[in-house]
Amino acid sequence: MTTLSVSGLNVWFSTEDGPLHALKDVTFDIPERRIVGIVGESGCGKSTLINAILGLLADNGEIRNGEILFEGQSDLTKLTRREMQDLRGPRISTVFQDPMGALNPVLSVGEQMINIQYRSGQSKAEKAARAIEMLKLVRIPDADSALNRYPHQFSGGMKQRIAIAMSLMMEPALLIADEPTTALDATLEVATIELLQDLQEQIGCSVMFISHHLGVIAELCQDVVVMYAGEVVERGTVRDVFHDPRHPYTRRLLECDPARQTERTRVLPTIPGEIPDLRHRPEGCVFAPRCLERHPGCDMAQSERMVAPGHAARCNLVDQSAAEGESA
Amino acid sequence: MSDDPILSVDDVQVSFPVGGLASRSAILGVAGVSFQVRPGETFALVGESGSGKTTLARAINGLQEISAGSITFEGGRIDRLGKREMKPIRKRMSMMFQDPVGSLSPRMTVGDLVTEPYRIHGSDGRDLRAETERLLSLVGLPANFASRYPHQLSGGQARRVGVARAIALDPALVIADEPTAGLDVSVQGEVLNLLNDLRERLGLAMVIITHNLHVVHHVADRTAVMYLGRFVEKGETEAMFSAPCHPYTAALLSANPEPDPDKVHDRITLPAEVPSLLSRPSGCEFHTRCPWAQETCKTVPPPPGDVTCHFPLAPGARPPELESAR
Repeated sequence: MTTLSVSGLNVWFSTEDGPLHALKDVTFDIPERRIVGIVGESGCGKSTLINAILGLLADNGEIRNGEILFEGQSDLTKLTRREMQDLRGPRISTVFQDPMGALNPVLSVGEQMINIQYRSGQSKAEKAARAIEMLKLVRIPDADSALNRYPHQFSGGMKQRIAIAMSLMMEPALLIADEPTTALDATLEVATIELLQDLQEQIGCSVMFISHHLGVIAELCQDVVVMYAGEVVERGTVRDVFHDPRHPYTRRLLECDPARQTERTRVLPTIPGEIPDLRHRPEGCVFAPRCLERHPGCDMAQSERMVAPGHAARCNLVDQSAAEGESA
Repeated sequence: MSDDPILSVDDVQVSFPVGGLASRSAILGVAGVSFQVRPGETFALVGESGSGKTTLARAINGLQEISAGSITFEGGRIDRLGKREMKPIRKRMSMMFQDPVGSLSPRMTVGDLVTEPYRIHGSDGRDLRAETERLLSLVGLPANFASRYPHQLSGGQARRVGVARAIALDPALVIADEPTAGLDVSVQGEVLNLLNDLRERLGLAMVIITHNLHVVHHVADRTAVMYLGRFVEKGETEAMFSAPCHPYTAALLSANPEPDPDKVHDRITLPAEVPSLLSRPSGCEFHTRCPWAQETCKTVPPPPGDVTCHFPLAPGARPPELESAR
């Protein structure tokens, strides 16, 4: 079963300077028990996508068409506020980038962890036991006494693990992790990734993992969705996309990662130019103005092409290389 | 490149009082570090958060009082200078702060921001408008950006404005605190290329503080790795990356996720608990997390030197538990 299936999602914002097309025809699946990475640079629509899924778009935002099917039944775009509230937390939960901002500084960790179980109908002692169990699961030392401590008494890495414990406490079907390791150091980042992997297996949830760190995505995720300027430009398994990137943007993004440069170099590759103004989307391919492989065919709107089963790219070069392959 | 160091940091300590007014106790944020930077050279400070990198940078720039040691810049001691005496030094040594947008006043235009150093230190008869254009073109921003406000800039553009401000007064040394933090990979390369280019064209010396090791590899000539306010390893970047000698350096290098899903990681995992500065471990301060730690490490502090470890690693060494698992 597919935990989350987004198809043809379009999100618009009304701004002072006219309507802004923030997400255009976004389509991807998060299969059951899989970790799907969403990668893209600032302004590519990652946050808008999360907010659209969670039903938390700003007042000037609007889903014009498309659907977000959760567990094959409920279309999240059509649910009422109340129905959405019932899903957020027990069925879909979130870990955010900043662990300090996610925890209330004036309440003890225990109080917060007990409070969020308000739906469980258990006694306070049972809720506290559950909180301790979760803290042990995320490897917080001395979990019993940790309940009485306050967020500032924990390090950044431990706070993020507490936030993860809280988000998984209700055993959701889908965990949305929004850059959860960006604020952490390299050694803690790796530890957090390994922890997420373990927990995902134990709880059996699906994870939508948002990051701009390609190394983290490669290590943690099974599938990846590459976004650029509010569009999905390429998606597939991590292995397919990282070993055989078919969209020029994916290729450039991979080249830019300093980790890919094994030889020491003084001049690092970049992608010159900027993301287009989404109030005036280009008619053709959205990446064409910055693309080195641009040709006349790019002036027309691009549809998604299948490269191989489960691997798709929104670029007409895919057709060409397929044709070449046939003639060869 | 002359061999006289432009900046010399000798056994510098920074202590912070803790526990209220009556208390006499203090923690050492920087616990005695020494290094030198020569003109045209890039020196990188690497370490986890809380290791004292930023405190050290602030101490060099006179924003943080030091409790022991000395700092020499362009031949003169600068560590005990008053505010007024420090002012001319700041023309020669500039600082790029961590948060690219937060370090720019939201109420000033880009033009005002890049010429603010002249208003503070005197313009020496320079034409400010021409200077604005010169600086913006130097960092690769179009001249019409002068009338924009910080909120109209992207992260990379704001960083460029920060670079323009830092080089406005033709400094000899630039201290860059996390110059690429929060930037996208494509823009990260731009900023690093820009810094490298300016370093070559203007002969700048640079101190770069970062926790991104991939960045260090490409830009720094020499690197020091900090742990609990001390250097655990210091040396040529290239040599350190190919054969780290201190277990902590080796662990940091192995923790670097790489964009290759099939990569087999021979990872050196460290216990996540970083000791508190309030109760520093005895002996070698890294022994609580070190996979190679032995009895000696728990009691005897390692001898001073470029690698502060009792048992420096042989190239390609693997932690004992991985070794025995083979």
